[in-house]
Amino acid sequence: MKLFTYKQADGVDEAIKAASTKTISKFIGGGTNLVDLMRENIEQPDTVIDVTHLPLTDVEELEDGSIKIGSLVRNSHLAANKIIREKFPVLSQAILNGASGQLRNMATTGGNIMQRTRCYYFYDETACCNKRNPGSGCDAIDGYNRIHAILGTSFTCIATHPSDMCVAMAMLGAKIIVEGKNGEREIAFTDFHKLPGDTPNIETVLQQGELITSVVIPPQDFTKNSLYRKVRDRASYAFALVSVAAALEVENGSIKNVRIALGGVAHKPWRAFKAENYLMNKEVTEENFMLAAEEELKDAKGFEHNSFKIGLAKRTMVSVLKELV
Amino acid sequence: MSIISKIMETVVQAMPDKKPDRLIHQKKYIGQAINRVDGQLKVTGEAKFSAEYELDNICYAALAYSSIAKGKIKKLNLSAAQNAEGVITIITHENSLKLNKPVLFDPSGRSRGSAAMDIDILKDENIYWNGQPIAIVVADTQEQAEHAATLIAVEYKEGKSTLSFDANKSKAKTPSKVMMEPAEIKIGDAEKELKHAAHSTDNFYHTPRYNHNAIEPHATIAAFKEDGRLVVFDSTQGLYGVTRTVAGVFSMKPDEVQAVAPFVGGGFGGKGSVWFNTMLCVLAAKQTGRPVKLNLSREGVFRIIGGCTPSEQRVAIGADENGKFVSIVHSGITATTEHNNFPEQFSFPIRHLYASKSFYIGQKALNLDTVANTFMRAPGESIGTFAIESAIDELAYKMNMDPVELRRINEPAKDPTKETEFSSRHLIEAYQRGAKKFRWKHLPPKSQRDGEWLIGQGIATAFYPVYRFPATVKISLFADGTAIVKAAAHEMGMGTATVQLQHSADRFGLPIEKVSFQYGNSDLPEASFAGGSNQTVSVAAGISSAAEKVLEEFFKLASKNKNSPLHNLKFEDVEAKNGGLFSKNDSTKGETYIDILKEAGKGFIEAEATSDMPLEIQKYSMGSQGAQFCEVRVNEVTGEVRVIRWVGSFDTGRILNPKTATSQFRGGIVMGIGMALTEETFFDERNGRIMNPSLAEYHVPVNADVPNIEIIYNDIPDEHTPLGAHGIGEIGITGTAAAIANAIFNATGKRIRSLPVTLDKLL
Amino acid sequence: MNIKQNPSGLQANGFTLPLSLSINGKQYDLNIEPRVSLLDALREYIGLTGTKKGCNQGACGACTVLVDGERINSCMTLAVQYQGKEITTVEGLAEDGNLSALQQAFIEHDGFQCGYCTPGQLCSATAMIEEFKNGMPSAVSPDVASEEFEFSEKEIKERMSGNLCRCGAYVGIVEAIQEAFSNKETTVAHETFYL
Repeated sequence: MKLFTYKQADGVDEAIKAASTKTISKFIGGGTNLVDLMRENIEQPDTVIDVTHLPLTDVEELEDGSIKIGSLVRNSHLAANKIIREKFPVLSQAILNGASGQLRNMATTGGNIMQRTRCYYFYDETACCNKRNPGSGCDAIDGYNRIHAILGTSFTCIATHPSDMCVAMAMLGAKIIVEGKNGEREIAFTDFHKLPGDTPNIETVLQQGELITSVVIPPQDFTKNSLYRKVRDRASYAFALVSVAAALEVENGSIKNVRIALGGVAHKPWRAFKAENYLMNKEVTEENFMLAAEEELKDAKGFEHNSFKIGLAKRTMVSVLKELV
Repeated sequence: MSIISKIMETVVQAMPDKKPDRLIHQKKYIGQAINRVDGQLKVTGEAKFSAEYELDNICYAALAYSSIAKGKIKKLNLSAAQNAEGVITIITHENSLKLNKPVLFDPSGRSRGSAAMDIDILKDENIYWNGQPIAIVVADTQEQAEHAATLIAVEYKEGKSTLSFDANKSKAKTPSKVMMEPAEIKIGDAEKELKHAAHSTDNFYHTPRYNHNAIEPHATIAAFKEDGRLVVFDSTQGLYGVTRTVAGVFSMKPDEVQAVAPFVGGGFGGKGSVWFNTMLCVLAAKQTGRPVKLNLSREGVFRIIGGCTPSEQRVAIGADENGKFVSIVHSGITATTEHNNFPEQFSFPIRHLYASKSFYIGQKALNLDTVANTFMRAPGESIGTFAIESAIDELAYKMNMDPVELRRINEPAKDPTKETEFSSRHLIEAYQRGAKKFRWKHLPPKSQRDGEWLIGQGIATAFYPVYRFPATVKISLFADGTAIVKAAAHEMGMGTATVQLQHSADRFGLPIEKVSFQYGNSDLPEASFAGGSNQTVSVAAGISSAAEKVLEEFFKLASKNKNSPLHNLKFEDVEAKNGGLFSKNDSTKGETYIDILKEAGKGFIEAEATSDMPLEIQKYSMGSQGAQFCEVRVNEVTGEVRVIRWVGSFDTGRILNPKTATSQFRGGIVMGIGMALTEETFFDERNGRIMNPSLAEYHVPVNADVPNIEIIYNDIPDEHTPLGAHGIGEIGITGTAAAIANAIFNATGKRIRSLPVTLDKLL
Repeated sequence: MNIKQNPSGLQANGFTLPLSLSINGKQYDLNIEPRVSLLDALREYIGLTGTKKGCNQGACGACTVLVDGERINSCMTLAVQYQGKEITTVEGLAEDGNLSALQQAFIEHDGFQCGYCTPGQLCSATAMIEEFKNGMPSAVSPDVASEEFEFSEKEIKERMSGNLCRCGAYVGIVEAIQEAFSNKETTVAHETFYL
């Protein structure tokens, strides 16, 4: 790990100001991803700004019934929060399915959103990786790509976003509030992370100097009936091969409301809009669930070792929807 | 077989048996579930591992690794690294002291070395594998050394490398020997018998690369003392291997090197040989004149410490109408390198497991340009039993026969390939006891379900040979009635000190708290390395030999004394108990050690002895065996597998401590669960790079992957081993992967012949 | 050669910053670079080597310590972030020289072999029991919205899955935790919640 200047920010403005310099700076929260990436030389900031003292540690219910989650709320605290558990059990489940008890105690909401891929070739400095070293190529496309993406890939990158929490938040239609030197702005969760395209090194729409201050989940009653299912190589403590977050509302045998998002399949938490559109107002049948899954995965593209994810995503999606009926 | 070895064998066969160890039925301490004597140290964090010794003026080292598999270093640019904060020196082939080539580990006995690879260290610009250390950076702090190592810029001239196992299989050759045994065995015409057999199965099985991943990464502290003597705190399973290898490389005498390792944070074979890291740390200490600490990173462990070879194995079994085997073929290929030549002995179990009219057993090995493959918990037996025990299961289903029954009717009376008698074999009893405990029932495939989850049961035989090596032990018994047992043994979780204290206390008839055990230091007498599940019995034999000498000395002292109750007795008539020597016939007649020494005016009696050559292993077929029973659930939607129930029923001679023994068996089974379901080292054949050198991406089992594992054992002493015991550190992993694959077949009807059985293989 | 018994500190240079850490109730003043992790601060600068380094990547749990009672992976931190917090390591689990119920139960149930992952397992289990008592659900809790769950084997296994044991002592670890839990508390309080 290269030497850096450590700054502790006591207010949001101070943090943003510290980050709005010419040199490379990084905000540090729990450190669970950044410290690792710095040790691997993948991140080499000149300045590390400690934001853990900022007053962004609350989960509050707003007047309109939205839930505002401070970006420094630790993952474990968010998962154990009573409001979240009652209103959005899927979010608790997703978080609790991620990492370990220790890591969840450290990781922050904002940091979880900003975590980077687990692609083996991204992590190995000697490998070609357009994300780490733009223009160098992608060794994953013809390499070990069992954990890689099947949706929204490009010729430059087939990495996935590894978060569980984000899959649930994308499904819940959350918004990310960011603050920068030009003030505050709001970004739909599904617009925050980018597909790789030609610039896999640019992973989010966040600008230099901007800080995630909170995530807002809009009020919605039907998401009480929600579920997160994670499929992975171990019974616990492993990244998702495929995960599904879904919420379903059925009225008189037909689908009144449905939300689905997939994890482990794309460069971003993948909101299954196509499947949702297909299912709206349709009859609740296993066949319709299957057709919706087909619709969503229609454009999926597998690589040498990960083609199984296409079928797995469909099957898991159908299974989760069935369980929600 | 040469004439000399044929004669040797005949002589050994004719030799009378040694008298069984007098303690094989002893029940005072041996056989008791005593808590680990080092438990308190381990739960308080006081147990010191290699990297944890604080030395004055210590500095830290980090390694830089090659990024090509074969070729030469064209140019090294060290300036950025040299200018980095805190850097003391950087040693590369350009400025390294000239060292001798390390001497390879040799399975034939106490060789001059124990190196994992016989490649010169930092001698020239040649690169032999992707990950080879090319520089060692020494700095004031760990952080400084690690960072500077990343600043080294290298230009390579790439050479042509051989990396693909599959593409080069045709180049595999039959080695001259496999761990001292013939690489090929032919009995009858197995292929012909197979063709005409009433029932048969014939398939290929594949196992991937695995890495040990002991939680303690390899760590070394090297320091030269003022008198020129070198101390190496090293996480090793072979203290004397370290002293000899290091002495050889640095032109020192072995006794000028002291290796220290009282606690080793898991080894599993990965710390059995001496790898580059130990020697590089010594080199850095020598070139800087300061004590140096080298903690390998987890990635570093993957790059420079080898693991288990990949394998392709063919198993064919032919049986007659009744299921009796007429043909067994077990052949296959493993990978090794030209720098270590270790063909992993996957064909060893089949040499001893089943009776058959004919056999073809044959191993080939393929040289690749990788880090050396090495022993990993039950090398050979772990992957070999996966293939054999899967095949037996396949045949049983084909014949619609209970696989327990198929094994029972093919249980041999004598060793099927050596034709010697078994020293102790009660496998069928282990099966019977296991089946009862497990409530084993042979049900048709895909016949049990719970919602999305398919349920199945599977079994497999576990097997591991008995090894013993001569061991030297020194014992002192003092006038206050305490004893110290000294042996350069190793503790990496086996319960070494605990069990040898139980043994020593019983051997002398002393309360266990009066005995202490010194180990983990090469200044103590050479016991045995910790590998091949040999250490417990080897050290036990050493203790037994030294104790006999000590007791004889006591007896001589006492019997010389006319007032002693022992005066008129013969040594054969007395036994050690109640803190002294007493007549076997009249336990009131005798004297305590304290009294004998007091009478003689002596402070202590001390003796050192080396146990005899393990000729019993040549005379008998000596193995440990067991029956693994498991139940799995397989999710029909996702292919996820969960092992939910396990009974391991073992036949491994006498159990010395049920508590620590149970942990050893369970530990092997847990590693076997990983081997079966989740573990694989990703080796990118394009450039020889290991792509998952981390515990996040190399999936060893977590707590949630492991069910409650019930362990039972026959506990029948083997009359031909010290204490009637067998080593048990490795047998747990054997048969485990097959039992799981067989259970998966029972659950799903899908036969997976390639490990690990990840969920994608079941979709 | 001189094997030191006392912890050493590093001399200050231009890149270090002064730092005070409270560990097991004792204050340690250091001058270290900001890139030093809490784990390395403990092991290499303070001399508290009970906390172990297994992967340095948050993937094995050997480095688990308690910070204000919560378990964390000390390898994934910068030590400078932990000023003003109360850090407990394995060396601080015993009270007045008496082993904690968990430490004793680990010995009784042989919840370890080599002992290298053990400090992390113990710190993790100590905090995990508190998490459970405070009503923290887990990935295997049947209903996360519920306030009642059983301290079952399944729950323990899931909650302890952040601590790898390559010797495979998991069965003993679970038994030890069950015993320590039931000895300490016969009923489980579900009143307090994390907010």
